[in-house]
Amino acid sequence: MKILVVDDEKDVKDLFLQRFRKEIRKGELTLMFAFSGEEALETLDTMKQEAILILSDINMPGMSGLELLEKIKSKYLAPPPVVMMVTAYGDDENYNTAKRLGADDFLTKPVDFKLLKEKLLNK
Amino acid sequence: MDSTKEIEVLNIHKLWIESFLEDTPIEQLNELVSKDIMGYGTTTEERLFGIDAVKELCRIGQEQKKDVKDYKYSFNIVHKRYSANGECAVIVIEIDVSYTFNDIKTEIPLRISTVMFYTSNKWQVVHWHGSVGVDSDGDTWHKDEWKRENERLQKKVNEQTAELKQSLEELKATQAQLIQSEKMASLGELTAGIAHEIQNPLNFVNNFSEVSNELIDEMNEEIDKGDIEEAKHIAKDIKQNLEKITHHGKRADAIVKGMLQHSRKSSAEKEPTDINKLADEYLRLAYHGLRAKDKSFNATLETDFDESIGLVNIIPQDMGRVILNLITNAFYACTERSRSACTERSRSATNDKKKAAQESDFKPTVSVSTKKLKNAIEISVKDNGNGIPQNIVAKIFEPFFTTKPTGEGTGLGLSMSYDIVTKGHGGDLTVETKQNEGTTFIINLPIL
Repeated sequence: MKILVVDDEKDVKDLFLQRFRKEIRKGELTLMFAFSGEEALETLDTMKQEAILILSDINMPGMSGLELLEKIKSKYLAPPPVVMMVTAYGDDENYNTAKRLGADDFLTKPVDFKLLKEKLLNK
Repeated sequence: MDSTKEIEVLNIHKLWIESFLEDTPIEQLNELVSKDIMGYGTTTEERLFGIDAVKELCRIGQEQKKDVKDYKYSFNIVHKRYSANGECAVIVIEIDVSYTFNDIKTEIPLRISTVMFYTSNKWQVVHWHGSVGVDSDGDTWHKDEWKRENERLQKKVNEQTAELKQSLEELKATQAQLIQSEKMASLGELTAGIAHEIQNPLNFVNNFSEVSNELIDEMNEEIDKGDIEEAKHIAKDIKQNLEKITHHGKRADAIVKGMLQHSRKSSAEKEPTDINKLADEYLRLAYHGLRAKDKSFNATLETDFDESIGLVNIIPQDMGRVILNLITNAFYACTERSRSACTERSRSATNDKKKAAQESDFKPTVSVSTKKLKNAIEISVKDNGNGIPQNIVAKIFEPFFTTKPTGEGTGLGLSMSYDIVTKGHGGDLTVETKQNEGTTFIINLPIL
């Protein structure tokens, strides 16, 4: 399974690569990274018709995670990518907006990687 | 009144006074005095009408002077006034006359008020009023009247000065309080940004230490298996993680330090500072602070830092406050325009379609840039908001001027920023603004 991780914090890349070290080595997961909403859309354009799961932060400069979600859900119809949003703890407003825009799942910061792994492997 | 005319009137007045006090020819009065002159002496309730009566008075005076010794006098003008058309003058003088008669020394204070008219191209005395100062109050005038008046005024001035001094002290205290509350207000704006900014590095610290722990287990497994290459590879990752932990720990540390500095009273000294780093830090803080308050808001951040600037001698927390303030304002301006853009969009069906289209494409953008000039560095904060209307541009640096709704702005942000840049750093803070295009604030700091 391909996962596109969208976050403006660059170290998220190293963290995910290490957290999913075993899964990557076994070939269960392929991780891709984008550091902004704009970059995420560019990446998506280059890989049509591939099953993908997008994991996006909300709070980013420029295009926010919510705008990205809205664009993905209205533009990429078949097959619809699964989008998981990462919201800050206790941030109901973002949670509700993301839900309304069609987010498939939610994670709260700080990300519980054990839980994330379970979710990913069950998809 | 022209000066020649004034010299003339003072001259005529002098000759007129000398007629009483010196042995000048009596007939000289014909030139100085109107024929139907009126004179009053209040001390003994005298009245004199006509030039002849005046001549008689002078003659008596001159006769009396012959019997006294040590005759002396001096006078000074206490009041002088001319009518607007320059045709009438009033001069009030005080004279001290002293003489000795029968070995008794006498001093007489006199006051003479003289009215002169300018007729047929010359000044003439038409009226006068003379009186002798007395030792008691409530009579014509007290001989020490002016002295006493001065004392009274001095006392009043002293009292008022004391009151003013106290008001000034109170104002200074209030100002200090206001400055502190402005600092606190901007700290409030920062809190959410700070929380977000600290949370991220802390998450990294926790995650990288957890993952390193797992990696050590994995490394041991590889060693047991005899795969030294892989074990080395893992060790390299662990080392890299520890560096990241330190990096993010320091990042959180810097934010907390910055926050403390921000609220601290400013007694700080100038120190070599990386302006680009400072600007970047506050840009992030301001952005997240605003996002925390208004989740629907987003803006594009642009930075263009001149890396050749190096370290600049500034008071970092003060300049940080200025940058923060300018950036917060820039975001505010964008938000305002975003809001009006939404209104425009909803109106677009009926109204000005071109403007509506333009506004719906509106992308709030805040740019921060630094530039090294010959003897100065420049920090610019630019927004693409609505711009500042011409009629208020001149007021924006005034204390307490704010366009924000009551309670939302202290109106001190820009005036404090101005003081910090100009008084604190010998620099300049200027603004360029264009309606519907945006505003740029430019900090210019001289490099010494």
